[in-house]
Amino acid sequence: MLQNLRRRLSATTVVMWIIGLLLLAMVFWGSFQTLVSGKYSGRVWLDLIVFGIAQGSVYALIALGYTMVYGILRMINFAHGEVFMSGAYMGYFVATALENRGTLDSNLLLSLVLIVLGAVVTSVTIAVLLERIAYRPLRRAPRLVPLITAIGASFFLQYTFRGFFGSGVKGYPEAEGLKGTITLFGLQLLKTQVLVIVAAIILLIALYTFVQRTKTGKAMRAVSEDKDAAALMGINVDRIIVTTFIVGGSLAGAAGVLYSMLFRQVYFLTGFIPGLKAFTAAVLGGIGNIAGATMGGLFLGVAESLFPNLVLDGLGIPAPYQLKDALAFLLLVLVLIFRPTGILGERLATKKA
Amino acid sequence: MTATTLSRTAEKETTLHWSRVVGTGLIGGVVAIYVGLVGMIEALAGRVVITGLLTTGQVILLGVYLLMSYQAAQKLTGADAKAGPLSVVAGALAGLIISIMLALLVVIGQQINLRAMFINASPRLWELLTLGRGVPTGLVLLMALGAVLGALAGGLALLPSRLRRAVSLGLVAVPIVSILNTALFAGRGVSALGALLIFAFFTAISYGWSSVGGQARERVAALPSGQQRLLKMIGWSAVALGALALPLLGPYPSEIIDTVGIYVLMGLGLNIVVGFAGLLDLGYVAFFALGAYTIGILTSPEITWLPLHLTWWEALPIAILVGVISGTLLGIPVLQMRGDYLAIVTLGFGEIIRLIFLSDWLKPLVGGSNGITRIPRAVPPPQGFSDQQVLWYIVLAGIVVAAYIATRLKYSRIGRNWMAMREDEDVAQAMGIDLVKTKLLAFATGAALSAVGGAIFATKLTSIYPHSFNLLVSINVLAVIIVGGMGSIPGVLVGALALVGLPELLREFAEYRLLVYGAVLVFMMLKRPEGLLPEARRKLELHEGEEV
Amino acid sequence: MKKSIVLLSLLLVMAVILTACPAAPQQPQQQAQQPAAGQCPACTDPKGCVTIGKDEPIRIAWMFVVEGPDASLGTDTKRGVEIAKDDRPTIAGHPVELIGENEGCNAEGGQAAGTKISSDPKVVAAVGTNCSSAARAAIPLMCGAGIPMVSPSNTAPDLTAEDRPAEYWCYMRTAHNDRVQGAAMAKYAYEKGFRNAATIHDGSLYADKLQQVFAEEFKKLGGNIVAQEATDPNETNMGPMLTRIAAAKPDFIYLPIFIAAGGQVTSQAKQNPDLANVQLAGADGIFSPDFLKAAGDAAKGFLWSSPDFTAFGSGYADFLKKHEAKYGEKVLAPFHAHAYDAYNLIANAIEKVAVDCGGGVIQIPRQALRDAMISTKDMKGLTGNLTCTPTGDCADPKIAVYEGVSADPATWNPGADANSNPRKIWP
Repeated sequence: MLQNLRRRLSATTVVMWIIGLLLLAMVFWGSFQTLVSGKYSGRVWLDLIVFGIAQGSVYALIALGYTMVYGILRMINFAHGEVFMSGAYMGYFVATALENRGTLDSNLLLSLVLIVLGAVVTSVTIAVLLERIAYRPLRRAPRLVPLITAIGASFFLQYTFRGFFGSGVKGYPEAEGLKGTITLFGLQLLKTQVLVIVAAIILLIALYTFVQRTKTGKAMRAVSEDKDAAALMGINVDRIIVTTFIVGGSLAGAAGVLYSMLFRQVYFLTGFIPGLKAFTAAVLGGIGNIAGATMGGLFLGVAESLFPNLVLDGLGIPAPYQLKDALAFLLLVLVLIFRPTGILGERLATKKA
Repeated sequence: MTATTLSRTAEKETTLHWSRVVGTGLIGGVVAIYVGLVGMIEALAGRVVITGLLTTGQVILLGVYLLMSYQAAQKLTGADAKAGPLSVVAGALAGLIISIMLALLVVIGQQINLRAMFINASPRLWELLTLGRGVPTGLVLLMALGAVLGALAGGLALLPSRLRRAVSLGLVAVPIVSILNTALFAGRGVSALGALLIFAFFTAISYGWSSVGGQARERVAALPSGQQRLLKMIGWSAVALGALALPLLGPYPSEIIDTVGIYVLMGLGLNIVVGFAGLLDLGYVAFFALGAYTIGILTSPEITWLPLHLTWWEALPIAILVGVISGTLLGIPVLQMRGDYLAIVTLGFGEIIRLIFLSDWLKPLVGGSNGITRIPRAVPPPQGFSDQQVLWYIVLAGIVVAAYIATRLKYSRIGRNWMAMREDEDVAQAMGIDLVKTKLLAFATGAALSAVGGAIFATKLTSIYPHSFNLLVSINVLAVIIVGGMGSIPGVLVGALALVGLPELLREFAEYRLLVYGAVLVFMMLKRPEGLLPEARRKLELHEGEEV
Repeated sequence: MKKSIVLLSLLLVMAVILTACPAAPQQPQQQAQQPAAGQCPACTDPKGCVTIGKDEPIRIAWMFVVEGPDASLGTDTKRGVEIAKDDRPTIAGHPVELIGENEGCNAEGGQAAGTKISSDPKVVAAVGTNCSSAARAAIPLMCGAGIPMVSPSNTAPDLTAEDRPAEYWCYMRTAHNDRVQGAAMAKYAYEKGFRNAATIHDGSLYADKLQQVFAEEFKKLGGNIVAQEATDPNETNMGPMLTRIAAAKPDFIYLPIFIAAGGQVTSQAKQNPDLANVQLAGADGIFSPDFLKAAGDAAKGFLWSSPDFTAFGSGYADFLKKHEAKYGEKVLAPFHAHAYDAYNLIANAIEKVAVDCGGGVIQIPRQALRDAMISTKDMKGLTGNLTCTPTGDCADPKIAVYEGVSADPATWNPGADANSNPRKIWP
């Protein structure tokens, strides 16, 4: 009986691998066709990769919030995109106020600090309130219940922001100091892109140091490993969970500002798509894994930017960027077929998730 | 209040928590300010609940006052002990605090231009909050009104619980009936006398029911089993007759029940995947879309590359087949994934399907953003009836079949396998359950029901567009089964009525629909995490968890 | 809890029964026979009549998308109707009551809204829908009930085509048919010597049809379409798609999409060295000061096709002022003025056909109302001189091309004079 079972399981594994290999072959064939046709110069590809890295850095920052909460609570914080959006909104109000005073152009650094500060404070407040009101009472409920609460909170926040600030698109003011391009390593880059990438790297290093080197970070890792054991070791689990939401919220707030620097727009649904993508990135990298979320974010950003042109063009599919998201999800399936627990994997995924 | 009451409460050794009362009042104030700034008071000021007396905006504010003051009065001593007349004072205090906070908002708003940030902080809002009487008088009036309302709510806490429940029900019934009258029958609120009658009627009914209802149930329980079965049968036939007669309410109510019905159908299907088998599927809309598009492609005369032009009935089995095949195909790659990996991959699948139908790539085949139009009706309506009224019978047939399948599966060997797998895959496998077959069967059955939903959807609208098949549909169906009570079949019905039917009725409030929907989801899950009508076993499990 | 659920459902059932009763006596009012003062003549209209009693309001419905991602479109038009009502609170001596339904920008929303409004016998006419998909579901229902509807923002050509289904008889629109607008821009581009054009749409019916018409027309004139790309209305990162377009070397890019995505395309195109000198052009979907804000400096030199505002500038400026005072924010989308005109088109027609029965009672015959609406001629509106074709295209057919002079939203004042921003440059 058991052997019979094993044989059948392996049969489906074979089917799965065939599907995976077919998809993979399609990707390679498309890429090959595009490259052979020689329609696009080397600079085109470099540009696409830079766009992808800038977008991917923002995804990575949001994905960290998802992954950290998941690592500790085993829940998908669906409202995390709205935490990000609230930061972007507050950043907009601070930036507009600063522009009206002229500070934005005269003192860029101070302005940036103030904008980020405003955004981070707002995002952290919302993240902590979410935890306290919507998630904490449900810590022992079945897994799907907090998911629905999070979805509910997400709608609630979106439409609250719409009610408060209107449904129009708010255009971020543009700082003089951030207009134009600079040339680095022979590459012409937008100043905003450089700012976003540099800021993201700094934040990631800071987070890594925090989690690996500080006592709180160690406690966080302990809680994500085993909540009950951590409590027995004298760790205040509630406090660590709140800390996690604070850290995730501040990263989301910062990401909100960076995103708005890049794309200079915010409205009440701003958080939805990036939130979804960041969630995908977190899963792609191996959910619960900090390095994985970073990698997943970057991978997704670059894939979205590069692959439609690279793969779909060669397959003769018109308007490939319309299918960008479809391709991103297809890649996700492909990665998960070969590595069912994401790029960097995660021991917990097979055990507890 | 007086020295005697104070000493009497002291004798009973109940501690009075005035700080909690103030706290509740402050929270109430924040809620009231929120309602104002989010625009509800202003936007709903034009809709009448009681002619010449109350608008919807005021009712919402009134609700905040009454609810929060009542809560404050209860908090004075905690739920068990009674505070006596002091609870009236507590209520009044809370009401006053709410008013003071609103007054502060008005005063600040008139000094500083809040509108640069909050678009609803407009002169019109200040006018509404000061009851149209300007700053000093209006604000004093607002505070007085707040205190009175608070005192009334506090007084409610004094009533014996049976009467209290009846009165609150009566109070809630007035706006509900009025809004229903507006929503369903194109009326405009109710008159003051009507409101009074409704209040009296519902209070009386509820008061009477609470005494008669319990007795009746006891008496039924005492009957011999044969008669009980007879009663049950009478009950079920009444339900069946009611369901058959529903379209007689008119085209618009039929439209609503059709929509609810389609969600019930999909909920029954997703319930198999998520509720029975424990596989979190966030891309359920994919099969709904595939079902609808199969019908569109096979029946619409617009499709020239496949000139079959079948009737809806001929195309239906093919749509179901497409659902089964696609469910199985999606099932294979996700066999090894668990939990949230599964969730995101299925979500992705849903998006992929929508984007592909929308794309320029397949536009020559499925119309892109143009969609497919001119899909034929399943049954032409007889004279004097609308399409929606007739469609209900198809929806109903679908629901009955789906419910039958779901029930039979649930109590069969397959159903038990699903539930074992839901609890622990490894153990289930060790017990000799074929995980592959079990999982794929769940996906295929769920997908088939979703495809039927899609097929009905296509003929209901006679035209389909990729925009109809977005993530929101998947989320909605999932919310329906979880709010209804996961794994429970009657729960799906209740969930769909609550989450699809009510919002459809309240189309008028469209701007705030998703806001309220979100708030209700959070609230429901906090108050009743097991859902409205939970499966008995789930409920047990959950409460077991609480005790630990 | 279970008990309260039973109770609640009981309550709902009771409520339905209770409310059904007062609805019944309303029916006979439809019939012309009324004993009181103001005896109306028997209704001879094939589609029936609405009798409006003394001091009773005239009920006009709207069907817009006011929630979800497309909400700004619906909110914008809804405000247009509301301001029109503020400006003209009474029609034929009766106050106006606006009722509304969310159409959700999809077919199911259109069907639900259409069913609800068409089952209200007191509704005289409707403004809506926003989206063509919703319109296709709603039109048969509204026409079945004899309620004429005017859409301020449906642009799909088939809705008013010569061969449109007979059941669309009651439908007309103040929005521009995509055929008119797309063709105008193609003609302009070709005349100015552009030969290699690229188009971008966002998967909406509006944009897709416009770019399709533009491409067909441009090719017919002798130009080349070098790229036809598509994006998503919520997309922000346009760089990759633009890089791809740049490789096709266009000299003209037509992007008839909406503000959010349009702003991104415009500003990011200017950042791409290969596209920095390519002419960009859009349609009335982004003819708004908000677009200047969203696109930033890149909006200078941008081209729009839009109705010719030259003759009606002052009325429009006036409208914008009222809008900001009433709602605390700038206009959200481009169709508020069309909605304003739709309301007035209905109001004019009602005043034309309403039968005065004396004593403050009037009677509005439905078929006659629709006929009066569709024979509207030279109505001075915010969007131009409105004249309806027999199939319901009421928008002013004169289309102009405007050019962005400055990127400062505060200077937005189309058509005020020859040099105001944006400037009319064609014809």
